[in-house]
Amino acid sequence: MLNYTLRRLGSLIPVLFGMSLIVFFIIRAIPGDPARTILGEKASEAAVESLRADLGLNDPIVIQYFHYLGDLLTGDLGTSIRTSSEISGDIWPYLAATMELAFVAMLIAVFVGVNAGILSAWFQNSIFDYTAMIVALIGVSMPVFWLGLMEQWFFSLELNWLPSIGRESIRDPVEPITHLYLLDTLINGNLDQFFTVVKHLILPGVALGTIPMAIIARMTRSSMLEVMRSDYIRTARAKGQRMLLVVYKHSLKNAFIPVLTVIGLQTGLLLGGAILTETIFSWPGIGRYVYESIQYRDYPVIQSGILVIATIFVFVNLIVDLLYAAFDPRIKY
Amino acid sequence: MPVPAKKDPASHTPVAIEEETPSIIKETWHSFKKNRLALAGAGIVSLFILLGLLAFFIAPEGINEQKNADRLLPPSSEYWLGTDDFGRDIFSRILHGARLSLTVGFFAVVGSCIAGTFLGVIAGYYGRWLDTLISRMFDILLAFPSILLAIAIVAILGPSLQNALIAIAIINVPTFGRIVRAKVLSLKEEEYIQAALSVGMKDRRILTYHILPNSLAPIIVQGTLCIATAILEAAALGFLGLGAQAPQPEWGRMLSDSRDYLQQAPWTVFFPGIAIMLTVLGFNLMGDGLRDALDPKMKE
Repeated sequence: MLNYTLRRLGSLIPVLFGMSLIVFFIIRAIPGDPARTILGEKASEAAVESLRADLGLNDPIVIQYFHYLGDLLTGDLGTSIRTSSEISGDIWPYLAATMELAFVAMLIAVFVGVNAGILSAWFQNSIFDYTAMIVALIGVSMPVFWLGLMEQWFFSLELNWLPSIGRESIRDPVEPITHLYLLDTLINGNLDQFFTVVKHLILPGVALGTIPMAIIARMTRSSMLEVMRSDYIRTARAKGQRMLLVVYKHSLKNAFIPVLTVIGLQTGLLLGGAILTETIFSWPGIGRYVYESIQYRDYPVIQSGILVIATIFVFVNLIVDLLYAAFDPRIKY
Repeated sequence: MPVPAKKDPASHTPVAIEEETPSIIKETWHSFKKNRLALAGAGIVSLFILLGLLAFFIAPEGINEQKNADRLLPPSSEYWLGTDDFGRDIFSRILHGARLSLTVGFFAVVGSCIAGTFLGVIAGYYGRWLDTLISRMFDILLAFPSILLAIAIVAILGPSLQNALIAIAIINVPTFGRIVRAKVLSLKEEEYIQAALSVGMKDRRILTYHILPNSLAPIIVQGTLCIATAILEAAALGFLGLGAQAPQPEWGRMLSDSRDYLQQAPWTVFFPGIAIMLTVLGFNLMGDGLRDALDPKMKE
């Protein structure tokens, strides 16, 4: 297992290297003079020249790349053009906001998706099965941003049940410690605030979790159907074991491997989808951070934001790969 | 795919394919039409294609025809889906939007399909360092969440519908590339390919007459499913202001333009979203049906 982990980590090196290369070229691929594009037509020649020097655009391209790579390896993500502050210092609160949202979305997706999939498989070809699968198909086809807007309209504007934007109550802001507000409010022992944060998480969490939920439900169903036809499940049922035990202990454990792959893949989609969800719900996460920087042509932030999200995606998939063994001892490395 | 049986060193093979080809199409259609969901999907897709093609003739109002007196009117017999904040007829704009969304979805997928197939065939057929290089490139591109990569590309090229199309085409290249590569790798071991090689058939002929026609099934299935995601991605870029620009009636753009009127006039947001969802659902159902009919092994 240790051997496999090391090999898997080793195979990440070329991927991470390639990713840094692509991100590096984002700014260099801008047609014309990137410094001029960033500052706009009205900027003075001196300002453009100074930015060009700051971004290191005057050096030969190979030198530029090695500088960039060197900075990345020492944890330097560059400086924001808009705020003139270090991106590595700014990025954590945004990242924490996205991680919290993605976690809740995944929690909803896995809980609802897996259970709907199990029930669909158990009651195969029943009304429930058909309804669940049609709902799942619609879920996969739904634009996240539209679902988010509809939720806002119905649950916030019409029914006034849940807050439509933001992470916290403006009147009672959370005192940040880790910037993961669910955790921070608990550390501060402020339960009222905790529930306010939970309320803020529901609508964006459901919007972001819908597509993975639908995909997980379909995957769980087909994977459960396969497992439930196997001899050992038939034996367990023939022994008269209770349905709950058969499903959740025997079947799910084995049906979970393909589901796990989907969960890993969906995490990437979730991080991408976060840009849309965060825009709609004014969620101060990394997606919004990147999106706003596009409007200000703040390319260093665009580069670093994208690199950070992609790196997380790569590591999530690594963890999923390593988790296989925990769920299925038949997998040998 | 009809294959001309010209003077070919392994001439018996193409003739055999030619005889079988119509039956493959028939067989596919036979199992496709038994799948009611797939037929429904094909129906939805055909309907939207037709609406898009005929938009100029059947839309009751012009694309950007503004009537100040008729701003934000709810659906009625005059304006079937209501009007937006400029007093434009939403139904007419959705019809024209069908043309835009389907065009972007189709051409983006054609682009990624051509590039992906080309790279996949080279990687799978020639192998060795070319395979390593191309496969690594795919790995790296797939390491980015796709919409994020599209945003990065548009950030470089500048926001427009055309650049959104290019971005969507690029991000889907590895999907096609990987499928084609895997297919080519398995085809390469087939006896008829080995036979063609042993009678001295040139690589180009083998690729054009044997490998490509036999890789078509997964490409068609993936293409159909990919149009669905491409339409969603185009709408997402439009929504973020990185794709279609106002006043283009692209569905995602229409949604974001109407966001501020969500409470006052929810229909301005509701209907463009339904249009996106139905079209995407149509392509998904059709793609699933085609997969079951053409390539049962691909079924999860």
